[in-house]
Amino acid sequence: MKHTLSVLVENRPGALMRVASLFARRGFNIDSLAVGPTERHDVSRITLRVDCEHTSLEQIEKQMHKLVNVLRVQELAPGESVERELALLKVAAPASKRSELMALADVFGAQVADLGPDSIVFQLVGTPEEIDSFEELVRPHGLQELGRTGRLGLSRAARSGARAQTVLV
Amino acid sequence: MNGADAILRMLEAEGVEVMFGLPGGAILPLYDAMARGTTVRHVLARHEQGAGHMAEGYARASGRVGVAIATSGPGATNLVTPIADAWMDSTPLVCITGQVRSHLIGTDAFQECDITGITIPIVKHSWLVQDVEELPHTLKAAFHVARTGRCGPVLVDVPRDVQEAELEFVPPDTVSLPGWKPPRRGHARQIAAAAQAVAAAERPILYVGGGTLNAHATDELLALAERGRLPVVTTLMAKSAFPESHELHAGWPGMHGPKWSNWALNKADLIVAVGARFDDRVTGKLSAFAPGATVVHLDVDAAEISKIRHADIPVVGPLKSVLAELARVLEPSPERTEPWLRQIADWREQFPLRYRRDGERLKPQRVLESLQELTAGRDDVVWTTGVGQHQMWAMQYIECDRPRTFISSGGLGTMGYGIPAAIGAKAARPDATVICVDGDGCFQMTQQELATAVLEELPIVVVIVNNGYLGMVRQWQDMFFDERFSQIHLTQTVPDYALLARAYGALGFTAENEQELEDALAEAVASGRTCVVDARVDPREHCFPMIPAGAAALDVIEFPAEDPVNA
Repeated sequence: MKHTLSVLVENRPGALMRVASLFARRGFNIDSLAVGPTERHDVSRITLRVDCEHTSLEQIEKQMHKLVNVLRVQELAPGESVERELALLKVAAPASKRSELMALADVFGAQVADLGPDSIVFQLVGTPEEIDSFEELVRPHGLQELGRTGRLGLSRAARSGARAQTVLV
Repeated sequence: MNGADAILRMLEAEGVEVMFGLPGGAILPLYDAMARGTTVRHVLARHEQGAGHMAEGYARASGRVGVAIATSGPGATNLVTPIADAWMDSTPLVCITGQVRSHLIGTDAFQECDITGITIPIVKHSWLVQDVEELPHTLKAAFHVARTGRCGPVLVDVPRDVQEAELEFVPPDTVSLPGWKPPRRGHARQIAAAAQAVAAAERPILYVGGGTLNAHATDELLALAERGRLPVVTTLMAKSAFPESHELHAGWPGMHGPKWSNWALNKADLIVAVGARFDDRVTGKLSAFAPGATVVHLDVDAAEISKIRHADIPVVGPLKSVLAELARVLEPSPERTEPWLRQIADWREQFPLRYRRDGERLKPQRVLESLQELTAGRDDVVWTTGVGQHQMWAMQYIECDRPRTFISSGGLGTMGYGIPAAIGAKAARPDATVICVDGDGCFQMTQQELATAVLEELPIVVVIVNNGYLGMVRQWQDMFFDERFSQIHLTQTVPDYALLARAYGALGFTAENEQELEDALAEAVASGRTCVVDARVDPREHCFPMIPAGAAALDVIEFPAEDPVNA
């Protein structure tokens, strides 16, 4: 079973490596991992998608809490969080196919990030599932390159109002 | 003042008495600062692994943080084994390593290695200090992390230029580690639930692990056991945490524990795990381990709760206060556990430790019996061991009544641990007689530290249970690999251990029979000098009882009736 974890870590050298090493050592599988800054300059957020049973999820959370650089570990439950991902897709686009591709992009809200004589780079922000669908639909046209950020997540606005009061560790 | 001076001032401020190490290029400024003066004694090891195990032995004998120092590259990698050992056995350790100059990091410079990277899976935390101004706080944080929560090793890697850089030294008052928050007290409701479960149980048992010693909670453990009339099994790591001559002590569970101890643990209806982690060497086949028992798990490390065995009533907190509180709220019914205690006593009568007392050869078990007889009643003896058969016999035959008097490598099973750990223990307890029960294989892994013992005037008695083999491997090949002996014969005569001891300036004895053994041990223990007693024993002896790996703990193999080899 897959779970999304949002982990706040101190923005220090090696913090990401310690988290990644823990997963490797305990034999936990990471589906995706995204890391970046937060509203605080000294704190980074790691969003992890992991594949595990519920019991081992508890182990993962507890083991991560033991890392000195880890400030908070939170599971993002599907109904109580928003998850988004950014994808860049380079698709073969001869003149004859362009209008069809543009129409597809329009449906998904994808934007044109770059345009060349024979191909288009689309950028799409959406749920990981939406990106899966878009990818599937453009693939027959000739998907030349694909890059995805891995999912990012936050707890829903309704929840974070209450959470804003909680001091970060 | 430079960074190296600041390191020493911080060690002094932390109350460090002794550090164990070996100098080299990248740590030269720190050793230069030592030459300028410090109150911290430095013990010069002959190998960094020795320094690391000495620091562990010191930590385990004293209950304080051990300090080991090494240079970059090979000096640092030689510390990896002690760090891993301290990680597995939760021994508080601060390792300080030199690193190549900052501008050389990442260039594959001479004696450069990424020791913080290498040790990430086996430290609680580590620091590569990049700014001399951070040194004081980093050292303070290192000691704080090593000894709070679940104890363990930390590493501070200091580039040479950082050691040499000047700073305005201000000792930090507090530690700022926002992500490090070990639990401060156990949950009162959980403790109450645990007390109720204990009071209601008919066959309760305290299953005590090394965490109890780390928590300095042995008095509280004794008080709880006596208040509830609860039998106590202590793991190898907890040996000496509970007085072994006490009527409530029910031996040692696990692979080579007595049958009656394993039966007591496995037939209990309530197990109270105290700073123990349900190691596979204790549980045997997990699905068959104590099937009828409710589990109360007391531990300072939340990640141990339900990691291996589901905990019905977990209590996360420092054991000293948790045990005291549990004893306080416990309302034991008088006489309730007496039938259970009688049952355990019956099993004890029924299943004593046995070995074959025939033939001319000195028996290895007899070596341990002799040591026990020689030291019985003394409260100033500290034991260390290597890893293997001799270690298990030491567990079985040596009786320890006072905390921190049995120091052994449990989780990692590090051969060669005994001699350096004994030297560290002697540094912690200068008035004690420190005896290392060693194997001939183990001895040859760290024998060079005899020079340290002699020259640093930290005398230890090393008793080699010399069967001329990697004995535990021989036992497994004999029992589980159809007697195909493979690469285990070391010989009993090369090296000549007594002669080797004399080469190091120690006293050397060779014993081939009981009389020679008893004379040698008596003289060695009385000498006050570093001694090696080479006890040449019958190599055919196996260590029993034994729960074969992966077998159920109740299916323990005993000697001799069920002995598959010697029957």
